[in-house]
Amino acid sequence: MVVECAFLRSRYFDSVYLMRVAKRISGAPGIHAAAAVMATEKNLKALAQAGFAGAETFDPSPNDLVVAVRADSSESAHAVLDHIEEWLAREPVPATGAVFGSIEEAARDQPGSNLAVISVPGEYAANEARHALDSGLNVFLFSDNVSVEDEVSLKRLAAERGLLLMGPDCGTAIIGGTAIGFANAVRRGPVGVIGASGTGTQEVTTLIHRAGSGISHAIGTGSRDLSDAVGGASTLVALDALEDDPGTVVILLVSKPPGEATVRRLRERLARCPKPVVTCFLGTVPASGQPGVVEAGSLSDAAFQAVRLAGGHPDEGDHAAVAAIAEEARARLGPGQRWVRGVFAGGTLCYQAQQVLGDAGLAVHSNAPLEKKLLLVDPFRSEGHTAVDLGDDVFTLGRPHPMIDSTLRSERIRAEGEDPETAVLLLDVVLGFGSAEDPAGDILDAINAARRSAAERGGHLAVVASICGTPEDPQDLKAQAARLRSAGVAVFPSSVEAAAAAAAIAGAR
Amino acid sequence: MADRVKALLASGPKVVNVGLVDFAASMRDQGVAVAQVDWRPPAGGDAEMMSLLDRLL
Amino acid sequence: MDLKTAIEAANAETARRIMASDPVLLDIAPAGEVIPGLRDRMILHSGPPVAWDRMCGAQRGACMAMAIFEGWAPTPAAAEELLASGAITFEPNHHHQAVGPMAGTITRSLPAFVVENRAFGNRAYSRKTDGRQQFGDFSEEAIDGLRQWRDVWAPSLARGLRHLGGLPLKPIFSKALHMGDELHNRPNAASMLLLAALAGPMVAAGVEKAALISTLSLATWDDFLFLGIAMASAKAATDPASGVEYSTVVTAMARNGTEFGIRVSGLPGQWFTAPSPRVEGLFIPGFSDADAGLDMGDSAITETVGWGGFVLGGAPGLLALVGGTPEQALAFSRDMRRITVAESPDFLVPALGFAGAPVGIDIRKVVQTGILPVIDTAIAHKDPGYPNLGAGIVRPPMDCFKNALRAFATKYGA
Repeated sequence: MVVECAFLRSRYFDSVYLMRVAKRISGAPGIHAAAAVMATEKNLKALAQAGFAGAETFDPSPNDLVVAVRADSSESAHAVLDHIEEWLAREPVPATGAVFGSIEEAARDQPGSNLAVISVPGEYAANEARHALDSGLNVFLFSDNVSVEDEVSLKRLAAERGLLLMGPDCGTAIIGGTAIGFANAVRRGPVGVIGASGTGTQEVTTLIHRAGSGISHAIGTGSRDLSDAVGGASTLVALDALEDDPGTVVILLVSKPPGEATVRRLRERLARCPKPVVTCFLGTVPASGQPGVVEAGSLSDAAFQAVRLAGGHPDEGDHAAVAAIAEEARARLGPGQRWVRGVFAGGTLCYQAQQVLGDAGLAVHSNAPLEKKLLLVDPFRSEGHTAVDLGDDVFTLGRPHPMIDSTLRSERIRAEGEDPETAVLLLDVVLGFGSAEDPAGDILDAINAARRSAAERGGHLAVVASICGTPEDPQDLKAQAARLRSAGVAVFPSSVEAAAAAAAIAGAR
Repeated sequence: MADRVKALLASGPKVVNVGLVDFAASMRDQGVAVAQVDWRPPAGGDAEMMSLLDRLL
Repeated sequence: MDLKTAIEAANAETARRIMASDPVLLDIAPAGEVIPGLRDRMILHSGPPVAWDRMCGAQRGACMAMAIFEGWAPTPAAAEELLASGAITFEPNHHHQAVGPMAGTITRSLPAFVVENRAFGNRAYSRKTDGRQQFGDFSEEAIDGLRQWRDVWAPSLARGLRHLGGLPLKPIFSKALHMGDELHNRPNAASMLLLAALAGPMVAAGVEKAALISTLSLATWDDFLFLGIAMASAKAATDPASGVEYSTVVTAMARNGTEFGIRVSGLPGQWFTAPSPRVEGLFIPGFSDADAGLDMGDSAITETVGWGGFVLGGAPGLLALVGGTPEQALAFSRDMRRITVAESPDFLVPALGFAGAPVGIDIRKVVQTGILPVIDTAIAHKDPGYPNLGAGIVRPPMDCFKNALRAFATKYGA
C-alpha cells in the first residue's frame, strides 16, 4: 500500500465538487481511497488522520489544491495523479430527451399539442384521459379494461369540452396521414373512416389504398361506442367532423353490430348526412334499405363500395383463382381431415372470417362467436370448425398482443397441426406501424411444423392466410407474402377471400 | 362542430404520448411532434391511497 | 363547497401565508430568555419527539456537549450518565417555535437568533450552526466553539443588530438566491451580506476591538453563519401557516436521526413519522457511507418554504451533489413544482429561467406522483463524538405522507 499526493498551486475548487472528484477517483483501478481538498492547515491535519500522511512535505498554502490517493502500487497512484486535470474536469453530460412529468406539463411545454395518445394499464387510463381532456386535448385511448361507466362519463366530458375521445380500446386511427396505434401507411384520399374496431379499420383502409384510392382520416371510436350503454357518442362526433372535413368525400362506418336503440339513432343521423355513407355492421344487422346509405355485407365489400362512390374502380379479386386453389388443396386432404381452424391476431378479422364461413354453411366455434351457442367451452381448445381471436383478454392478460409477439399464436398453430381432423389452417398477418417487424417470419416455423405433422400422418394441411397491409408499410408487404408462399401458404389480399378459400376447401364433401 | 376536433383534422396531430414509448417512436418516425410523459402508476399502485386520493384530489 | 374545493382553497391560503411572511432579524439572545417554555435542565433537539434510549449517536453526543457547556456535568462520561438518568427533559425545537440544524440542541445559555415575522407578528428562533458540536462532537474544542459564540460573537452581533433596530431579511434572501445560494447548504452569499450589514453597526455600537475583530473574522470565514437565520425565518413563515382547516400543505419536515417527521397545516399539533432515511452522500477524507448516521436536523424547514433542494439548480456550487449539470438540478425543481401548490413571487432563481421557488408541499400530490421532496443536507457520524462528515441528498420516507393522508381523510370525513 502506498500513499501519493499531487499539489496544484493556486487552484480553487468548491469543497463539494472536490468530494465528488474524490469519489470518482476512489473507483479507479488499484485505488483504495482518495481525497481532494484545499490545503488548509485543518484539511491537511484531517488528511494525515485519515491515513494520507505525507502531504505536509510540500509546504502548501491554503490556496493550493491537494489530491491524495492510497493505492496498491505507485503505478496505480500515478495512473491517476499524472492525469489529475482529467479527473478534475467535469463529468460528461448524459443526454436527456424531453420527458415530462404529467400530461398538463407536456401540453404546456409543447405548444399546439392537440392529441393525447394514452396506453397505460386500464385501471389508470380513465384518470389520465380525464387529465388530457381537462388540458384541452383530444384523446386516443388505446387502453382497454376501462369500465362502461368511465367511458360514458369521459365521453360526456369530451362533449362538454368540444373534444374527440377515440376509445377506450381504440387500436387504430389515421389522422391527417399519421398512423396512430396499430395502423398502416395509406395514401391520403377521399374516404373518411369511422371504426369501432382496430383491425376492421386496418382492413378497410389497406384495401382502399390497394384499390388505388386513399383515406382522409380514419377515426377510432372504441369497441363499445355503438353499444346502447354508450350510445355512439364518439361515432356522432366523428360523423360531424368528417361531414365538415373538406377532404372527405365518402364516409365509411365499420363496427360490430350496434345496440338496437343506437342503430336507430344512428340511422336518423345518417339520413341527414350530406355525404354518401357506407356502413359495415359485421354480423347480423338486417338491412334497412335507407336511401343514401350503402349497407355493405363485408369489410371488402365496404372498402370497394366506398372507393366506387369516390369515383374509383376497384379490382375486387379473382374468384376463379380462389376456387382453383381450393380445388387443388381439397383434393389432397386425408380422409379424416374435416375442420377449418382459424387462428387470428385481429379480432375483427376473426369475426369477419366467422361470417364468411357461416354464410358458406359452416358452424364455427369461437371465443368471440357470432352466436352464443357457438362459444368455445375452453378457449384454449378448438372443437369442430373454430376461429379463435388470440387478441382476447383471456389470452393477453399479462402477455403482449399477438400482433406484437407471436409466441402464443405459434403454440396454437402447432396444436392445430397435431389434431388429425384439422383440414385448413386459416390465418391473418397484420402489418403496419405498431405491429411486429416480421409477423410472417415469426409464425413460419410453427406453420412448417404443423404441415409436417399432417404429412407424417399421410395427410395434407392446407394453410390459407390474408395479409392486411400496404406496400408502404414498414414490414414490406411483398417480402411478407413471399415468405408465406415459400412455406406453401395460399396468400390472399383480404380476410374475406382467405375465409372463402378455407370454406371452399373444408366445405361440404 | 367542435373547433378543437376540426383543428386536429385540419392541422394533423401534435401528440402528448402517455404509456408505450413505441407509439411515440412510430409517430416521430412519421415526422410528428411527440412529447413523452414519464408516466408512473399513481400512488405507486397503492390501492388504499388511490381510493383516498379519489376523494381528496 | 365540496371537499376537494375546500382543500384547494385552504392550500392556496396556506401558501399565501408562507409567501406573505416578512422576517426581520431582531436579536441574538440567550435562548432561556427568549424561547417560550425552555426551562432549566431541558434540551431542545431537532426532529419529532425522541427519548434518550432511542436517540441516535450524533444527537446523544451533541446533548453530552450541551450538558458540559451548561455546567450540568464535568466530563463526557458524567454527562452521558446524567442524560440517561432521566434528570434532563428532551423536547423538540418545533414545540417551542424553534428549529436547530443537525442535532439541533438548544439550552438556556446558548444564544439564539430571534426572527420576527412582521406580517403576522409571530417570532421564531434558531441556533447558530457549527461543524462540530451539533454533529455530535463533545470535545473541549467543540464546546469552546459554543463558549466563543456565547461570550464574544453573539453579544457583538446582537449589539450591532440592536443599534440597527433589526435587519429585514427578505432582501437578503432574494439577493442571495441571485448570488448562487439555495439558503440551506449554500448560505455563503447571505452570510457575506449579513456581515456587510452588521459590520458598520457593530462599530457604531462601540463593540470593543478584540471582540469586533474576532466577530468579523467569524463572519468572514464561517460560510454557514447565515443558516440558522434562514431556518428561523422559514420557521417564522410556516408557523402562521399552520392550522388552516382543510389544508394538506406541509408546514414542517424535521428529523432526529432516528425518525423523519412531517407536520401538516390542516392537522395541527400532530407528527407523521417513519424511520429516518439514509443520505446519498459525498464524504470528507477518511469517512464513508459505513460511518454515516441517518438523516438528521430541522434544517429541512428551508425546503418546506421552497429553498434548499427545491432550488438546487440555482446553487452552482452544490450541483456536484446531484451529478453536476444544471439540467439535472433543473429536473429536481421541475419535480418539486409538481408536488407544490404555488411559486414564490419573491424568491426567483436566475439559473432556472427566473422561476419562482416551489412553495407549499401538498401531501396529496406527493402520494399521487410518488415524487418525494428533495432535501440537501449535511451528514453526521452514526456514533457520538465526531464532526461533520459530508453532504448529500435525501428524500423523506413515503410513509410520512401516507400516514398524514390517512389521518387527514379520517379527520375530514373523506
